[in-house]
Amino acid sequence: MAINWFKYSAPSTFYGLAGKLIPWFAWPAGLLFVAGLYIGFFVAPTDAIQSEAYRIIFIHVPASILSMFLYLILAGYAALGLIFKTRLSSMMASALAPTGALFAFISLWTGALWGKPMWGAWWVWDARLTSELILLFLYLGFIALQASIEDPRRADKASALLAIVGSVNVPIIYYSVQWWNTLHQGATIKMTGTSMHVAMQQGMFMVLAACWLYAIAVALTRVRSIILEREANTQWVKELQEVKQ
Amino acid sequence: MSRLSVFGLLGLVIRRDLLLAMRRRADVLTTLIFFVMVVSLFPLGVGPEPDMLRKMAGGVLWVAALLASMLSLPRMFSADHIDGTLEQMMLAPQSLTMMVLGKIVAHWMLSGLPLVLIAPVLGLQFDMPADAIGVLMLALLLGTPVLSMIGAVGAALTLGLRGGGVLVSLLVLPLTIPVLIFGAGAVEAVSGGMDAASNLSLLGAFLLFALVFSPFVAAQALRISME
Amino acid sequence: MTMSEFFYMNGYAFYVWGSYGVTLLVLLIEIAMVRHRRQLALRQLRLMNESGDE
Repeated sequence: MAINWFKYSAPSTFYGLAGKLIPWFAWPAGLLFVAGLYIGFFVAPTDAIQSEAYRIIFIHVPASILSMFLYLILAGYAALGLIFKTRLSSMMASALAPTGALFAFISLWTGALWGKPMWGAWWVWDARLTSELILLFLYLGFIALQASIEDPRRADKASALLAIVGSVNVPIIYYSVQWWNTLHQGATIKMTGTSMHVAMQQGMFMVLAACWLYAIAVALTRVRSIILEREANTQWVKELQEVKQ
Repeated sequence: MSRLSVFGLLGLVIRRDLLLAMRRRADVLTTLIFFVMVVSLFPLGVGPEPDMLRKMAGGVLWVAALLASMLSLPRMFSADHIDGTLEQMMLAPQSLTMMVLGKIVAHWMLSGLPLVLIAPVLGLQFDMPADAIGVLMLALLLGTPVLSMIGAVGAALTLGLRGGGVLVSLLVLPLTIPVLIFGAGAVEAVSGGMDAASNLSLLGAFLLFALVFSPFVAAQALRISME
Repeated sequence: MTMSEFFYMNGYAFYVWGSYGVTLLVLLIEIAMVRHRRQLALRQLRLMNESGDE
């Protein structure tokens, strides 16, 4: 039985599918969060050098990974929407942007709070933190452009082009900041200096998986709202039972 | 009407834009005056010690160049957009990419080139040594066109939007950071006694990369905005 | 490890709980905003439906 994947590329069918999928992502995310943090705090040993401060790694590293990958996924959906003119892909791109920006913010916040005990300063112009800050600017640029254009179609296409140009620049920015950082500060202390204890790795991967599931659940919920907003005057939306009540 | 060659088109658009700009000379000077003013503010804020100023000179001049070129970006397409010539240009049989390249070059000659020419004066204001000023001018010569090219994409995307000026800076500045890093790095390398060839070659690489892609991307952005 | 020791985090309490506290707060805010946006969209649709029916 060949699954007709294109059936789900229409907003109406995708709306129903997403609705059913969200709980399957949301609840495991919560469980994995709790389990991962339990391992991180109770199973993983105290670090020799940084004692307890290193436990921030369990949220800092996943958040940074998420913020980077969500931007690339966002650019991917944007490109799909631009090339194939599938409205759902553009909606998915704009649904991912706020979550990605939030993870970039969390990564910066936890990075700063980790930097204080370890390097003695709230903000350190470390290559990764600086690139993360620039990535946050790229997200904010995407959201600002999308918000400032009324016509949804033009907003999607314009922000899609910006996301593609941005994603081409992400590696260039990263390596130029890397080069700039090693020039000025020499080798800064690596964030994960100590070799990773097994429990640490387990904890981090569980939190990472939890973050992924969370991001998917939130993005699906937001994309459903976007579908409702944009397809407001279509027939299938009017028939929706949650609208009829 | 003789078939207009691609480069004929390029020359035509550049001449037209320069002519138009010369009629409103004030616009050209505002970018230049803004650049000089921003650079002159720093010693007032930071203090007049020559050795500190000398250390900061490259960075300050480059950040000011970035801001100055952002200032004049919205004007790249808005004048033609308002009176409808942009639509005619898009309907013309000639390639839109070449026309956009022409507009980028014209914009650069009006906003980037003046910065390069006045940089030595400001360099002296910061007591920069002669070789540092030379490298600064070369770096600006390589870097400012890239600012105009990336800026063209931003200007095309935000065509006709309220608050377009600030928005274009928000979109474009993060993308110009590599140019800032290697531009200021070139000056710093020379004043530190090292050779700036690596920085300048990377700037050259950015220039070629942008030259190949940005006119086409800006043309696509124009088509999106003008639908 | 007693509860108080756990929360003390060997002196780094502020940094560790500062990070996790803000993270939790930010995630909760995002969840609230997403749900709010959905309610808003639905209310908007119901209004359109009622005005459409008359």
